Amino acid sequence: MSQPTSSRGGSNGEARDTDWDGVRLHVVSGKGGTGKTTVAAALALALAAGGRKVLLVEVEGRQGIAQAFDLPPLPYEERKIAVAPGGGDVYALAVDPEEAMLEYLEMFYGIKRVGKALTRMGVVDFATTIAPGLRDVLVTGKTSEAVRRRDKLGRRVYDAVVMDAPPTGRISRFLNVTQEVAGLARVGPIKNHADLVRGVLASPETAVHFVTLLEEMPVQETLDGIEELRTTGLPVGGVFVNMVRPAGLPEGVLKAACQGRFDSAELALGLKAAGLTDGRADASAVAEALAREVCEHAQRTELEKRERVALEEADVPRYDLPLLPDGADLAGLYELADALRAQCVV
Amino acid sequence: MTRTAPALDIDAILDDPDTRIIVCCGSGGVGKTTTAAALGLRAAERGRSVVVLTVDPARRLAQAMGLTELDNTPRRVHGVDGAGEAGGELHAMMLDMKRTFDEIIEAHADPERAQQILTNPFYQSLSSSFSGTQEYMAMEKLGQLRRSNEWDLIVVDTPPSRSALDFLDAPERLGRFLDGRLIRILTAPAKAGGRSAFKLLNAGFGMVAGILTKVIGAQVLRDIQMFVTALDAVFGGFRQRAEQTYRLLQAPGTAFVVVAAPERDAMREASYFVERLADERMPLAGLVVNRVHRPLAPSLSAARSSAAAEDLDARGEHELTAAVLRLHAGRMQLASREQRQQEHFTSAHPTVPIAQVPAMPEDVHDLAGLRQIGQLLAS
Repeated sequence: MSQPTSSRGGSNGEARDTDWDGVRLHVVSGKGGTGKTTVAAALALALAAGGRKVLLVEVEGRQGIAQAFDLPPLPYEERKIAVAPGGGDVYALAVDPEEAMLEYLEMFYGIKRVGKALTRMGVVDFATTIAPGLRDVLVTGKTSEAVRRRDKLGRRVYDAVVMDAPPTGRISRFLNVTQEVAGLARVGPIKNHADLVRGVLASPETAVHFVTLLEEMPVQETLDGIEELRTTGLPVGGVFVNMVRPAGLPEGVLKAACQGRFDSAELALGLKAAGLTDGRADASAVAEALAREVCEHAQRTELEKRERVALEEADVPRYDLPLLPDGADLAGLYELADALRAQCVV
Repeated sequence: MTRTAPALDIDAILDDPDTRIIVCCGSGGVGKTTTAAALGLRAAERGRSVVVLTVDPARRLAQAMGLTELDNTPRRVHGVDGAGEAGGELHAMMLDMKRTFDEIIEAHADPERAQQILTNPFYQSLSSSFSGTQEYMAMEKLGQLRRSNEWDLIVVDTPPSRSALDFLDAPERLGRFLDGRLIRILTAPAKAGGRSAFKLLNAGFGMVAGILTKVIGAQVLRDIQMFVTALDAVFGGFRQRAEQTYRLLQAPGTAFVVVAAPERDAMREASYFVERLADERMPLAGLVVNRVHRPLAPSLSAARSSAAAEDLDARGEHELTAAVLRLHAGRMQLASREQRQQEHFTSAHPTVPIAQVPAMPEDVHDLAGLRQIGQLLAS
């Protein structure tokens, strides 16, 4: 895979050269409130575009996918939830650790119909809530199984899998499954399973993306998260800058406004010309209020610029996603998917 | 007429000497820790002796309060106004969950047994990575601080869990595990004193034990067995404390403050939270909505503003004014969207008081910033 670069401009040809060719598992993390689930959903739609089949996985039991697509809660079952532009399919799965555990036992040990007994004895409860790291191995294990799965003819069942992962603060630990179960199993079947999962997660077929806003805390957490991921040897993907607002005003105006120099007199004339004011006094009062809005906006823009520079430090591809005026509804997801495709993410 | 929520009177809560605990809860990224710190500072500056217990503060916020490490010790915060004359002071601490867990073991088991537990590989792993350990230990620490009676107000922010309510569930979950049949399976051989691990178990137990051995391996099973057997001795203490802390949260001296941002997901989580607190009969003080965008020229509507911008564009005049009007229209739209989110909440929970904090251009880095948030919360 060549070194990816961002913002090369879109090309809609058949053989598109995209930044993450060869990646089949996209893990999407991000600080709370940054829109991680929305971006994961949009990424799944973008990946599916043009006739591909993509699985969108959720692992925290929040039913965020169902909410993003305006659907009733999803069961532990892969089901089709959306059609992508150009005819692809997005399937979704809400991984339930308890179900995943029973499925795992059946798949690897051929132990059938013991689910009830295990549940009754508290084994499942123990394994999925108390035993350190086991829950995470179960859900990452289920996800990597979907990545590897082939049909009877040996073809991949899914072209790509997108995981709506835990937040940035927990992502390295969550993915670093072998380390997580170390206390539980240094040898034996759990260890072997964790090694297998880790093999998938650490391979070039996986990319861990971060969603951020141009604000101090999310940016700092993103940088920390990337650093941690690199330390643990997991593949860092791109940074998705979400809810980007256009600057809207010329650079010079913003700069002056930032220092509190914005001419409200000219604005008052403009407001008058636009017929927005009745008397002269009103015009200047509104103009002054608007001028203060401009100053706040300029300060914010300046801050965002600083955060952008800070993000460059991480040296990973960055993609911008626009702030959706009506919020992230279903139409908004398609809009974001288009934005991702235009920036050659997929 | 839109539905308006009653205003949350923060100062009345902070000034009431009967308020002994304030719990700030809400989904991730809504400013819980900042809110907790701002409430703590304001209470201290109004004369109370306060400790703020934070679980995972952002670096700069921790620095703002003079916290540099996770050392489980409340540290005096310097630079609090009015301290001395009004008698208020502020302490802050960061939770060290492993240390807290170790201390419980040390306090409840005899030295030999404590040593057995503390050196057990399963315990070491559990105490630093059990997904609910942080929640449980935060509640445990809260109980300890309260029992010490050293402060007249404790402000705590809840851990950034996968579910905002994990901290309420954690003690019960641990209790369920400790009382569960699995524990009996695991401890049975030791109690019977038998060498063969599962000799005395009935067929059902035997089957489960067989599966466990097959899946996790014999060594791990032995570690777990040793751990739970040793822990068995302190179970009573654990459960009792979990229940005590739970009752403490239900007591009238506790005030839950749900924190949210005016966005769909955060407000939905806030709603869920409010319902859950009611189910658990936990005393809710109100909702704090952070990062609210307020237009400074609210009389000029989004529609009028955009139409005027279009008009100016069409005439090719006052380019800058047109740009400013578009900016304003966007701001009005955002504000009304945020307003709608809050109205949805208020329709479902009309009696829950709300306080709003406007969006700030920058994050809080110092006490002055926290003080400002405190003023906004109270205004």
